[in-house]
Amino acid sequence: MKYVAGLCIAGALAFAACAHAQTIYPLDRAEILAGAKFDLKVEFPSAPEQGAVKVTINGQDADKALGKDATFVSREDGGDYSAYWIRGAAITKPGKYTVEATAGDRTASVGWEVFDTGAPKAKNVILFIGDGMSIAHRTAARILSKGIVQGRYGGELAMDDMPYMALVSTAGTDSIVTDSANSMSSYTTGHKSCVNALGVYCARNKNTLDHPKVETISEIVKRLRGMAVGVVTNTEIEDATPAGMVAHTRRRSDYNDIVKMFFAVQPEVMMGGGSPSFLAKSTPGSKRTDEDDYIKKFEQAGYKFVSTKAELDAAKGAPKVLGLFNTGNVDGALDRMFLKKGGVAKFPDQPDLTDQVKASLDILSKNDNGFVLMVESGRIDKYSHSLDWERAVYDTIMLDNAVKLAKDFAAARNDTLVIVVPDHAHPVSIIGTYDDDRPGQQLRDKLGVYAEAGFPNYPPANAQGYPDKVDVSRRIAFMFGSYPDYCDTGHPYLDGENVPAVAGATKGTYVANEKYCTVPAAARVPGNLPPADAQGVHSGDDVLLTATGPGAEQFHGRIDNTRVFRAMATALGLAPGSGK
Amino acid sequence: MPRPLSQPLPLAGERRRHRRRAVLLSAAAAILLPAAAHALDATPLQFDQLYKSFGVRGYEFSDALAALNGKPVTMRGYMAPPLKPESRFFVLTGQPLALCPFCQSDADWPADIVVIYLRSAAPMLGGGEAVMVSGRLEVGSWTDPETGFVSQIRIVDAGFRRA
Repeated sequence: MKYVAGLCIAGALAFAACAHAQTIYPLDRAEILAGAKFDLKVEFPSAPEQGAVKVTINGQDADKALGKDATFVSREDGGDYSAYWIRGAAITKPGKYTVEATAGDRTASVGWEVFDTGAPKAKNVILFIGDGMSIAHRTAARILSKGIVQGRYGGELAMDDMPYMALVSTAGTDSIVTDSANSMSSYTTGHKSCVNALGVYCARNKNTLDHPKVETISEIVKRLRGMAVGVVTNTEIEDATPAGMVAHTRRRSDYNDIVKMFFAVQPEVMMGGGSPSFLAKSTPGSKRTDEDDYIKKFEQAGYKFVSTKAELDAAKGAPKVLGLFNTGNVDGALDRMFLKKGGVAKFPDQPDLTDQVKASLDILSKNDNGFVLMVESGRIDKYSHSLDWERAVYDTIMLDNAVKLAKDFAAARNDTLVIVVPDHAHPVSIIGTYDDDRPGQQLRDKLGVYAEAGFPNYPPANAQGYPDKVDVSRRIAFMFGSYPDYCDTGHPYLDGENVPAVAGATKGTYVANEKYCTVPAAARVPGNLPPADAQGVHSGDDVLLTATGPGAEQFHGRIDNTRVFRAMATALGLAPGSGK
Repeated sequence: MPRPLSQPLPLAGERRRHRRRAVLLSAAAAILLPAAAHALDATPLQFDQLYKSFGVRGYEFSDALAALNGKPVTMRGYMAPPLKPESRFFVLTGQPLALCPFCQSDADWPADIVVIYLRSAAPMLGGGEAVMVSGRLEVGSWTDPETGFVSQIRIVDAGFRRA
């Protein structure tokens, strides 16, 4: 951010914003799609009166430049600042814009780039998100799924076998480490945001729904082009990644509001878990605070509601589908297909991500204007938080199977951009193998590194790409770089997802879950995270994007996460006057 | 608005701490609240008898539960970590909440909780303590006007003792 105010001059790399400077949203260096909506907000510290402030865009009063009335809120939310707002603005003419906010002798300025897209290259975009999918997940998935002999793999993952690749940096406006909310928000809006925020800049507003909004790709393609939108996940549909397609909130846990936002945008396909926020308050199992029955509302809006794989299969031909397959997250591939743990007993007929993608493509491809489909394999992240790598890697294989379907769909037509990208990384690495046959009593005795590691002995994968046995005698040694106090067993968790730590004696702290400490050879590992963390955390590492189809050539080198939005918008030619 | 079942009471709790707090509170907790009147003709109710299904469209009360609505019951369970040392209500769970299986971003209650409204405010035990509750069963959605806490199954006019 560039602040010019007396002694308070800071360059674009300033870490500490000047305490007295105005803050302008969108922030400095924002890239804004021509024609996309955004809220302009300026916060003036020390609460000046309206007559004392001035906001200009390229020298012209901002309200005139944007053709929209401004509102001025003195002491917004009772704070010691005043706010200048122009909500729902858009700039259609591409170019460089300088926004200046002046109060007395203090001036702050930011620069925006409003970008053009040129003519459409692609009719459809399919965006796959491997939530938290890091290089080690990918490598482990390749080892388990394709096998490895004398250092050569038995095949390629569908997500690896793509012509274009880029390294994506994921940092947000507030931190080098992002969460799934602001990272997804970057992909769906082209604007960076802060931890826990979706479709907004993080301003000073007290109400989580009042922060300055930026339009999502779902809203843009529906509003401007009448395209269809699909949101498909195996997490709760209100969770950060799927919510990023439609939501505008500073707080990702606003589930009930997020359901309302889904209803406002009405993606033609919505699938995942998380039904309780769709149920009226009086229905047992509801988490709503009102009597709105959103399953009914969606049905009344023409959606076919499905809650099992059988119902999903039977919904062929429906123009719009809402699928909620679990009250929480849909169970992962390892539990659904092999171990039958987690919620599988309660929800025995949950679809696989591939079933969801197949059904989605059938429905969405009927729209002559094209579609944007987001598909998330969301528990790669959740299982990495719980230090349960086998479950995370089985869900990486599941993601790859879904990518294969999309590639097959796209191969038959040269009009679909397919992107596979994580939203952030986890600190994970493969360092060797654990071999039960190695001598010694401790877990570290069982670890082979370098030549001692050799290759693991998982059985060959089945037709879906999964080894049907995961607890073999020589296993991948998959390490987590961040952890609470826990006991590392070096074995997969066959009885259900790992719970590494439990609440400790001091309120708000966590200690090792003793359940695992009595497993033979288990290693007691003192946590390296703050004691308040119960699970592993995200890392700030860059992540790997692969892409194929028209527009994929935009991906190369290192890019910021916001460029994923820009590339999708460019492929679809979303700027006004782009020939569509 | 906060999500009604995820916000009001924290899930933190661990046995060691509970033991220590239980010692501190033992004098108070040992007082058997006058539940005996109910206990004589009360029907014992168990957690696995509450619902017949936990479906996506909502949970279904069991026929047995519906039949006991308004009648005296006893129920053994675990006191969820309370908000305050003394309270008129607490959450009863089928498993101790010392182990937190849902340490995801949003901690959550298990599906089958029962909210206990005591006849009068009483000192709480540490979270995760086994208790025997007796009182009158109430079935159906109700929003506590004081806390906004939404419950489906309650035992009211209740007393409890350690079990």
